[in-house]
Amino acid sequence: MVEFFTTTNLGIALLVLGQCLLLVVPLLVALAFLMYADRKVWAAVQMRKGPNVVGAFGLLQSFADFIKYIVKEVVIPAGSDKVVFLLAPMISFVLAMIAWAVVPFNDGWVISDLNVAILYILAISSLEVYGVIMGGWASNSKYAFLGSLRSAAQMISYEVSIGLIIIGVILSTGSLNLSDIVQAQEGRYGLFSWYWLPHLPMVVLFFVSALAETNRPPFDLPEAESELVAGYQVEYSATPFLLFMIGELTAVVLMCALTTLLFFGGWLSPVPGLPDGFLWMVGKMTLVFFMFAMVKAIVPRYRYDQLMRLGWKVFLPMSLIWVVLVAFAAHFELFGGAYARWAIGG
Amino acid sequence: MAIDYTRATRYFLLADFINGFRLGFKYFFAPKATINYPHEKGPLSPRFRGEHALRRYPNGEERCIACKLCEAICPAQAITIDAEPREDGSRRTTRYDIDMTKCIYCGFCQEACPVDAIVEGPNFEFSTETREELFYDKAKLLENGEQWEAEIARNLELDAPYR
Repeated sequence: MVEFFTTTNLGIALLVLGQCLLLVVPLLVALAFLMYADRKVWAAVQMRKGPNVVGAFGLLQSFADFIKYIVKEVVIPAGSDKVVFLLAPMISFVLAMIAWAVVPFNDGWVISDLNVAILYILAISSLEVYGVIMGGWASNSKYAFLGSLRSAAQMISYEVSIGLIIIGVILSTGSLNLSDIVQAQEGRYGLFSWYWLPHLPMVVLFFVSALAETNRPPFDLPEAESELVAGYQVEYSATPFLLFMIGELTAVVLMCALTTLLFFGGWLSPVPGLPDGFLWMVGKMTLVFFMFAMVKAIVPRYRYDQLMRLGWKVFLPMSLIWVVLVAFAAHFELFGGAYARWAIGG
Repeated sequence: MAIDYTRATRYFLLADFINGFRLGFKYFFAPKATINYPHEKGPLSPRFRGEHALRRYPNGEERCIACKLCEAICPAQAITIDAEPREDGSRRTTRYDIDMTKCIYCGFCQEACPVDAIVEGPNFEFSTETREELFYDKAKLLENGEQWEAEIARNLELDAPYR
């Protein structure tokens, strides 16, 4: 039986399909509750109660929303390019989902243990901008178009600094594989062995860039409600809108996972002695998501020139300098090899 | 150009964001201001101007004497009154209509009324499914009076010292 799943083509295909389902279904269910958590946190900071009608404490709110989006009519604007219009949300959704193929949740719990996992995620998240641009352009509406243009410029700008920040981590690890990056963070000092300490300024930069990359507030200019109505999504309704929304939220959660994996030791236990595992990974991701939600509640939206200034004049030089410093520290194995985990056999 | 080092330090240490986070976290646990409306309701002033009602005297006699002061003062011209003497010779309305879609709830009608007949009660939940249902006639207004009399009387009494 085991042989069938590891040797025959059909077996392997079925195995991978099963793994995908095992990832996607819990992920989508988790997204529903994260959406709810996001709204609850936002509400709590503003002294509101948030959704509290559907199910106990409103826990089923996202599922009610889901049913509404599925049942409602899909309105396709007469002037739109219909094929591209419907393709855009699908692209957005699919790209957000396939990036998860290389994310390890525990030692070996990964669909594809790719040796260039980081590169793959960067490539996929760069492609995500296509969904937005296609949606904005195919809508044939000026609001949607302006929103998508902003989104494109913003995502491209911040990808540069995200890439540079990740290079620092890669230099310290000596590998592009996410599992290797997590294992390199294992050490005697528990949570103080993780990369957040040696790469401290970059954690903040990465977090802020992740906000900009995923169009989250305070960088939600592409869908700034007060000026662009809803940005590139303005002409979308029902299921296509739902796909956009799920795609966006999936990208956010992916960024949470990436922050956890790169800087907060993935599935490693923060206290030496406690067992490592899946629950640590999920716990840390939830914590990072809580930060995402809090930022949404407490930081006002940036103006577009401020956003670009921050990206190109602050983050880019800082992350560039950091890459040089890390390269230096790694090459000469300074600070007890904190920046050269491959050298000390971490 | 001189560099403001205090400001630069605050900027790079994210002082504003940390302060903002602390403040946000404080309010995270603060009591919520939300009222679960259909289940919970906020307090209303005795002067609250809601749905209209025509009142009666305790002996069951209509208060309204068809003076038409309310009709005259109504800035939205929402009130229509016809009147003629009743069989016993007293002056009464034969028609007292309020178009609730015109009414602006200014309260002039109850201010103008010499006998406290037309009043705006505490009820604000009288939405209807058709427009026609909001064209109130005398029967509907008298029925409102019967339904809300207890609360209207109490509110009038509470507000009396300030009139």
